[in-house]
Amino acid sequence: MKSSHMRHRQQQFGFSLLTLMTLFTVIPIAGVVIYILILGTPAINWEFLTGFPREGMRAGGIWPAIVGTFYLTLGTSVFAVPFGIGAAIYLSEYASDNRATQLIRIAIINLAGIPSVVYGLFGLGLFVLFLNFGTSILAGSLTLSIMTLPVIISTTEEALRAVPQAFRTVSISVGATKWQTIRRIVLPQALPGILTGVILGLERAAGETAPILFTVAAFFLPRLPNSPLDATMALPYHLYVISTQVPGMPIKIQYGTALVLLVFVLSMNIIATSIRSRARARRQW
Amino acid sequence: MNKISIQNYSLQYSDGTESLRNISLEIPANQITVVFGPAGGGKSSLLRVLNRLNDLADVIHQEGNVYLDSVDILSNKLDVINLRRQVGMVFARPVVLPFSIRQNLTYGLEVAGEKDTERLNYAVENSLHKAALWEEVKDRLDDPAIALSGGQQQRLCLARVLALEPEVILLDEPTSGLDPISTGKVEASLQDLKRDYTIILVPHSVQQAARTADLAVFLLQGELVETARGEVMFTNPQDQRTEDYIQGRFG
Ligand SMILES: Nc1ncnc2c1ncn2[C@@H]1O[C@H](COP(=O)(O)OP(=O)(O)OP(=O)(O)O)[C@@H](O)[C@H]1O
Ligand SMILES: [Mg+2]
Repeated sequence: MKSSHMRHRQQQFGFSLLTLMTLFTVIPIAGVVIYILILGTPAINWEFLTGFPREGMRAGGIWPAIVGTFYLTLGTSVFAVPFGIGAAIYLSEYASDNRATQLIRIAIINLAGIPSVVYGLFGLGLFVLFLNFGTSILAGSLTLSIMTLPVIISTTEEALRAVPQAFRTVSISVGATKWQTIRRIVLPQALPGILTGVILGLERAAGETAPILFTVAAFFLPRLPNSPLDATMALPYHLYVISTQVPGMPIKIQYGTALVLLVFVLSMNIIATSIRSRARARRQW
Repeated sequence: MNKISIQNYSLQYSDGTESLRNISLEIPANQITVVFGPAGGGKSSLLRVLNRLNDLADVIHQEGNVYLDSVDILSNKLDVINLRRQVGMVFARPVVLPFSIRQNLTYGLEVAGEKDTERLNYAVENSLHKAALWEEVKDRLDDPAIALSGGQQQRLCLARVLALEPEVILLDEPTSGLDPISTGKVEASLQDLKRDYTIILVPHSVQQAARTADLAVFLLQGELVETARGEVMFTNPQDQRTEDYIQGRFG
């Protein structure tokens, strides 16, 4: 009797402890978001969102940085999405499982772990200097693409592998070719997972500072880029600049910029999450 | 007239053991040939030879000859896609594709380039009739196929094969997951179908083998032990090993 009571108490204690630990991990995240919301919201108005920076960035808006981040994300997706998905299809559907492909997989996993500043330096060396693209949206997008590729490849490969093997066998057995099987069955079934991976990869690209630091970002450039070979301002770098490099910067402009970046990235995240949960609900296997 | 002729055929997967050893077998048209025997005997492997589905497995060695209507189907010049349309396969677990009922049936034709709606519709209705499923699904052809019961799904898989108007139908333990009533329906369909098709069935029990076999083939550890007419095989087997298996003394 007594020992069962004890066990019950222990279990209660265990649950409470776990709840508490979960709370502790949520609190800082929620705290950051609320803090940025409180300090940043006062800065948000039409001029801030659509205007150009003035008075050494201490007034005016952040429009060029918003546009720059948008272009960079777009440019990254142009390079990273087709190559990433193509590589994943090759690895999951075509490559035989031998030493070479295992090596490629390990390389991809390790690429995902390289610090982003290293990608920045690599981009500077290869795209800006060697290929002579200069500090430009092109060089920045390519650098971000290389950083994003491992994420897209591994999530896409995972999504492809999650499609039951039996679908492939049945498809082949009724006379479909391998490519027809991939295009008509495997890809559509894996699409939600692929999209989620793509968006999460691009989200990371949108928020990174280090890779764009040497390859594209302009300290202060109060005009919109009009070609891929132009440099541009971008939200994460702009945030870094106004938080550390400009004396006498109003707090609310810093937090307003952080808020815009946060909304940009979080909304991508929400889109990814909702695609995933809707696909789960609809899934037929 | 024999539809399929297998001559001294051997097969080895990458694990190194010979899964089929020097098999010779004549399979007659318009009959049900039952291939039975204990687990791991090579029954599925033999079926997968006939539609070249073994191309997907890591086969390291095969030798011998296999002819379908005197066409060498092991030849690497063979049009494998075409062979798979001629030789359809129903698997043990009903695998419906993640589409509607109708799309499950038209898939094979569409990948073959058929676009004519009338012909596709005809194939849908005709194949469902043949698989004895039409009455149950005719009002919901555009519903997801996954919503069907297990037995209905398996008959849909049979219909999917029939939609391609094949000549040979391979069935690998098609009723292993079904209740007796669904099993009865599938078996009854097969009896109807053999008028038009050559049927090769791996049964899920000796009883089913005895019920359905015109010709029976006993496979034991990759070796073809005995071939006989069904009524002979299950009443008066010639080989002691066959008799032991049928009597339930092993396997
Ligand atoms: N794709 C494969 N790769 C490697 N070995 C295989 C493969 N398929 C079958 N084998 C091997 O070949 C042998 C025969 O297997 P097979 O599946 O043909 O037997 P079976 O008679 O159908 O058995 P069961 O009654 O269990 O379905 C087994 O030893 C099996 O391990
Ligand atoms: Mg088998």
